[in-house]
Amino acid sequence: MNRFLAIVEREMRKFFRSPVLMIMSMMLPIVQLLVLGHAYGGHIKGAKVAVVDHDRGPQAVKVHEAFDSVAANIATFTTIPYSDEGSAREAVRTGKVDAAVIIPPQYSRRVYAQDAPRIGLVVDNSDQIMSGSIEGEMQSLVDALNQPVIQPRVVKDIALEIVELYPYVEYMKYLLAGSIALAMYISVMIGGGMLYIDDKARGVHEGYLVTPITKLELVMGLNAAGAIKAVLAGISLTFIGSLMSGLGTVFNPGADLCLLLLILGTSIAFNGMMFLMMVRVDDPLVPRAMFGVLNTLLFFPSGAISPVAAFPKWLQAIAIVDPFTYAIHGFKSILLKDGGFVSIQTDLLFLFAFGIGTLLIATPLFKRTL
Amino acid sequence: MTALLKKQKEQEAPHAPPAAIAVENIVKRYGGFTAVKGISFEVKDGEIFGLLGPNGAGKSTLIRMMTTLIPVTGGKAIVGGHDVEREPNAVRNMIGVIPQAMTSDQDLTVGENLLIYAKLYGVPKAKREKNIAEVLEAVDLTKWREAQTKTLSGGMRRRLEIARGLVHDPRIFFLDEPTTGLDPVSRIAVWEMLNNLKKTRNLTMLITTHYMEEADRLCDRIAIVDHGTLVALGTPLELKQSVPGSNVVEVQFNREDDQWKSRLEALPNVTEVQSQSAGVYRVLTSNGPQTTTQLVEMAASLGEQLTSLSVQNTSLDDVFVHYTGRQLRDEQVKAVFQMPPRPGVN
Repeated sequence: MNRFLAIVEREMRKFFRSPVLMIMSMMLPIVQLLVLGHAYGGHIKGAKVAVVDHDRGPQAVKVHEAFDSVAANIATFTTIPYSDEGSAREAVRTGKVDAAVIIPPQYSRRVYAQDAPRIGLVVDNSDQIMSGSIEGEMQSLVDALNQPVIQPRVVKDIALEIVELYPYVEYMKYLLAGSIALAMYISVMIGGGMLYIDDKARGVHEGYLVTPITKLELVMGLNAAGAIKAVLAGISLTFIGSLMSGLGTVFNPGADLCLLLLILGTSIAFNGMMFLMMVRVDDPLVPRAMFGVLNTLLFFPSGAISPVAAFPKWLQAIAIVDPFTYAIHGFKSILLKDGGFVSIQTDLLFLFAFGIGTLLIATPLFKRTL
Repeated sequence: MTALLKKQKEQEAPHAPPAAIAVENIVKRYGGFTAVKGISFEVKDGEIFGLLGPNGAGKSTLIRMMTTLIPVTGGKAIVGGHDVEREPNAVRNMIGVIPQAMTSDQDLTVGENLLIYAKLYGVPKAKREKNIAEVLEAVDLTKWREAQTKTLSGGMRRRLEIARGLVHDPRIFFLDEPTTGLDPVSRIAVWEMLNNLKKTRNLTMLITTHYMEEADRLCDRIAIVDHGTLVALGTPLELKQSVPGSNVVEVQFNREDDQWKSRLEALPNVTEVQSQSAGVYRVLTSNGPQTTTQLVEMAASLGEQLTSLSVQNTSLDDVFVHYTGRQLRDEQVKAVFQMPPRPGVN
């Protein structure tokens, strides 16, 4: 027991002496949370839309008024008048404006004659987010213009009534679960995998192996130290991320207990996975090379940034055995829905079973000799 | 087997006290390559035993087998009365090991490094503090106890490694090239420290080195290993005496001539002539002064001039070259592998 604790003590003394690992493991997830959270979660504002008005009739004026209303309120876009269609198209192509609206000649006359009036919208569809946002805004404007002045006696429009179970979740909050798991993964890869192989290459393990420490004590010591580092990274990011994204769940003690269990399970699962992969590796380049590949392969299809169902079948198959999937599901269940212990039971079961299982496979593979 | 090895075997009395280390026909194979080919020797209690050999001779492999770091392929190694294969933990409890690389944690302090190893060796809590203080005193690092290891010089770090290996009060101490990479002053300091430790702690030490001077000054007995086999074993004096010729005359002629080697070999008392480089020869002789006089007279009679001339006693370098022929082999290698000329450089 003393020897096991000596390994943990050595790792923790090094960890607390140098804050680099903690900073490194939290930097990427925090930056990702900030940048992606705002990039995907924010509304587009201040886009430029060229307007070519060939009609100049009363109905065209209504369109201009609707544009002015958007610019003054939601501010998705502002309009710039263009005299001809060609130069407006060219401006979209060269990126001077984000879209162009063409009001054709005879537009007002066609509206009054109910003769299929049309407004043209030229978009740069190489930027799906911008074009989608402008298209959506324009569609709602057109819908508003289409509303009859006098409502019919029998309203036939069928509307879908959506009941949202939870308050509106901003994308940054949605992303937080992934960021916590990512911070723990980085901590395990750097503080566990890379340091383990570097120590091996430097001969530190040679020093351990000439002492009477047993294989089990050594394996457990290294893994316990790695898990503690990941738990600390997980707790820190849960609090910092919650404050950044404005989630108040962390102030609920019941939720904190569930989060702590999830963080512990995730640490053990990530450590077990890392140790199994590194147990026979000697080359310090291997964990560095694997770091990026694993990050992409395990983090993205796990539901961290978009639902698992959005990925192809083979990535969904990976997600089934990916500890990230269960960690992120668990964190979302608590942070976004405050679902309580019952909502994370399966996740905890998988994470602990995965961690213990991988450690059980890795331990016999660990060589007590050089 | 050399005559010296036979003599050594005969000297070993049948009822001598058990050796601290006994290695019997030990073999280590890596796939098809045999790194150690059936080496046998014994290290007596309380002696400093040196394993001398060129790089790749099998010294480190040998020490790693004795310290339980790698499995033995064949033969037997008994350390402190315990078989390294069957009772590895009993062996680990009684040995201290200083590996070739400096592996102390740079982020930890000197005291913390020792504390962690005291715990790993299972030193009881009540004894830890006393042991740490004693080993720090022994290696003269007491005042550096709170210093971070990364702030220490190379020599001090090596002393810390030695202290780390002693923190559990071992009976047998293995040191794998303990002074490699140290400056001459630090090297001498480490030698003095090891000699003191041997006296004060009654330690048995096994040292691998490729520094002849280190082996000569430190070791009671030396085993020369080459190509995984034991080629000579004895005290430094015995080894020197085993080389034909007790003196070495090093001479340089101002002009290279193919005949010099045969002329020198023809001189009385000369036992061996080694060609060093263009016009430089090492002449092993049983009578240094007489050979020197005859050599000068020979040069004068031929009308040749000597550029330099020195006489010295046989050193371990001569023993090493005599038994391993390494220097000659290295020169042959150099002759075969000529660096190609760089473009634009004559």
